Amino acid sequence: MDEGAPPSGAPRPRPRARLLRPRTRVDWFLTVIRVAVLIVLAVGFTAFIAQEINPDNPFARWANPDATGLTGAQFRGLVISGIAQGSMYGLIALGYSMVYGVLGFINFAHGEVFMVGAMTGMITSNKLADAGLWESNFIGSLVFIVVVSIIVSSLTAVVMERVAYRPLRGAPRLIPLITSIGVSFFLQNASVVLLGPASKSYPNVPDWVKAKHTFLQIEGAKILVIVVAALSMAALWYYVDRTKTGKAMRAVAEDAEIASLMGIDVNRTIVRVFAVGGAFAGMAGILWGILFRSVIHTTGFLPGIKAFSAAVVGGIGHLGGAMAGGLSIGVAESVGPLLILEPLGVSGVSQLRDAIAFAVLIGVLLLRPAGIFGERLPAEDRT
Amino acid sequence: MNKKLLTLLAALFALSLLAAACGDDGDGEATDTTTAPAATEAPDEPGDEMMDHLGDGSLGAVTVEAGGAVQIRSLNAITGDVAFFGLPLERAVILAIEDYGQIHGFDVDLGTTLDDLCSNDGGQAAAQIVVADEDVLGVIGTSCSGAAVAAAPLITDAGMVMISGGNTSPALTSDLAGTPGENYNVGYYRTAHNDLFQGAAVAKFVFGELGFTTAAAIHDGDPYTQGLAQAFADAFEAEGGTITGFSAVNKEDTDMVPVLTEIAAGGPEALFFPIFQPAGDFVADQAPGVSGLENTVLLAADGLLNTNYLALPQTAGMYFSGPDSRFGENVNQSTGKTAQDFLAAYEERWGEAPAAPFWAHGYDATTMLLDAIAAASYVDADGNLNVDRQGIRDYLNSIEGFSGLIGTINCDDFGDCGAARITVVQNIGGEENAVASMDNVVFSFVP
Repeated sequence: MDEGAPPSGAPRPRPRARLLRPRTRVDWFLTVIRVAVLIVLAVGFTAFIAQEINPDNPFARWANPDATGLTGAQFRGLVISGIAQGSMYGLIALGYSMVYGVLGFINFAHGEVFMVGAMTGMITSNKLADAGLWESNFIGSLVFIVVVSIIVSSLTAVVMERVAYRPLRGAPRLIPLITSIGVSFFLQNASVVLLGPASKSYPNVPDWVKAKHTFLQIEGAKILVIVVAALSMAALWYYVDRTKTGKAMRAVAEDAEIASLMGIDVNRTIVRVFAVGGAFAGMAGILWGILFRSVIHTTGFLPGIKAFSAAVVGGIGHLGGAMAGGLSIGVAESVGPLLILEPLGVSGVSQLRDAIAFAVLIGVLLLRPAGIFGERLPAEDRT
Repeated sequence: MNKKLLTLLAALFALSLLAAACGDDGDGEATDTTTAPAATEAPDEPGDEMMDHLGDGSLGAVTVEAGGAVQIRSLNAITGDVAFFGLPLERAVILAIEDYGQIHGFDVDLGTTLDDLCSNDGGQAAAQIVVADEDVLGVIGTSCSGAAVAAAPLITDAGMVMISGGNTSPALTSDLAGTPGENYNVGYYRTAHNDLFQGAAVAKFVFGELGFTTAAAIHDGDPYTQGLAQAFADAFEAEGGTITGFSAVNKEDTDMVPVLTEIAAGGPEALFFPIFQPAGDFVADQAPGVSGLENTVLLAADGLLNTNYLALPQTAGMYFSGPDSRFGENVNQSTGKTAQDFLAAYEERWGEAPAAPFWAHGYDATTMLLDAIAAASYVDADGNLNVDRQGIRDYLNSIEGFSGLIGTINCDDFGDCGAARITVVQNIGGEENAVASMDNVVFSFVP
């Protein structure tokens, strides 16, 4: 990844400079892998297209005689479910990205903040359902559980920062990283102790949420997830880009020391970053609950890892990139198995979805080491 | 210099390999020679006071000193996602030991109950704890076939027996036609049914009762789920139906749309997914939303047949296969208890009804083991209890017409002792009907 790093103090490399550099064995190896990835994608995709045009096409079945192809409705279903899942990854990824931007370390416990949000939503919605409010006033209840869950997960994130990360502010970045893994286990086990190890379900949602929308043929829950994610993204953009607090955050991210000289309260800004990241994780937790209606103490683990990958794919520290990364990973893992792998004759394709998600991460890093929207950092900022 | 060092290392490595190989041989011979005489001596020594007991001593003997207790163990999935399934099994072992009382005046000790974690690793770790204690005679467990695959070789190699009330994978016993399964070990027994019966029952139900000719199956890679899905697919094709899709998910997947889309491509009339929670929640929830599966009938197996799953709104109307839990007036011949007695005691002790249907299998398994120990042991002149390990196996191998809670128990040559009566129940729907749904039998199967 870092093969192009100039000695510190040298001017930032322009893209052209890389081409002029003598090619090393590593470069050749990477090129071979890049080409191989593109060939696999191209072959799988061609076979899929051939299959869709005509299942009897000799191209369609050369690798997998059992391949059946997808109908238009099925393909759309896959893409939509990928986008819905990806929006959630994106919302979680925002938290990873913001914390990284400001403090420069990966907060691995962020996936657990998402789980805390989903758990809070589960408890609150079940209480509302017991009171009969869930059915009679679904939208009102939804807003209520979103608010409660955002408060609880923001609070979790803020307490986490205060207790586990602030005392380590000056330490090398590896230390808070390891601490965050510990916090992650702590939160998971706290959930087991408080709520038990079984999977817990959300109350039944009204039919219009479950049923497919007549015009778009998409389930209401997925539309809800996508719309809410888009709105949250817009709100975050406004907050970071247009408000004074947002400006302070960007200033701290740029250089905390200088920012404090300019009269910015760095600690308060960092707390705000954690609170906002936690709020988005809590929001994602509720959307998860509405979409999948089941939550368990390990719910945050895999989505957390995938969201982290999404943040890296998009270019860590870049907010739009986090969302884009989330969407690409979500869609890739949803569509990839049947689109690319099945025509190639791979067996058990649906079990390989996680492999696809992480293959996207590796693939993007191979082609663009800093992520889709990432900027190449000068060497002194990279350590 | 580097090269020299490398050659030296290589030579050392080769030597150590050689040494290890020799060492192993030596060990093997050593244990052979020590156990054999001990075994032949044991019956000789006590002379006339030796009572009639089973076994030729070929696996060695365990002596329980006067005042000591007979050691058996429970190894079930008591934590995690499937604790609902393992806890009733463990509790059945506890109740069975209490109901049974003493063996030749010796108490039975369960020690610390162990957890198989419903996984290969969990089964292996727990089995290592069991075999480290040479006084243990037998193990009731595991709950999950996946754990048994790792635990059974260790436990049976140590001369102990293992009787499971929950394992159903055909790989652990046989194909019912005389070929041992790939994970069969001598000394392994079970009172749970072989999933070939369950697969056949579901296939007969779908083909014969529902009148469908196309079906698909999903498993999660676990030996239990894979074995059962395969048994169903084979039996359904044998009935004359067509399997339009056979796929797998990961246990921790939540978005099932891709796998369901893959299944939908074949347009099956029925979808059988013998998996666990939480993945089972998502399949039932998302299947009706996938184009091509809107009207597909969903079926699951005993891994999901529990009140927690039946209470979910998306499982209303679903069919579940499982062991026949209409035990009626069946009496366990060793303790004289009926299922009603058991349930009353269970409810009184733990304040709830068993959440999953295999408790009776665990109870019968325990009494069979205790009977076997009684038949393979005698009290010698010093008041010590001598138990012949081979005798325990001899007794279990010869079980024929044993009356248990689950019905009449007969053990075949590969450890399958279950009554093999399978029922299909339909979920009435609604949280309040979850318990009633467990008994809402719509189809029953007797091989």
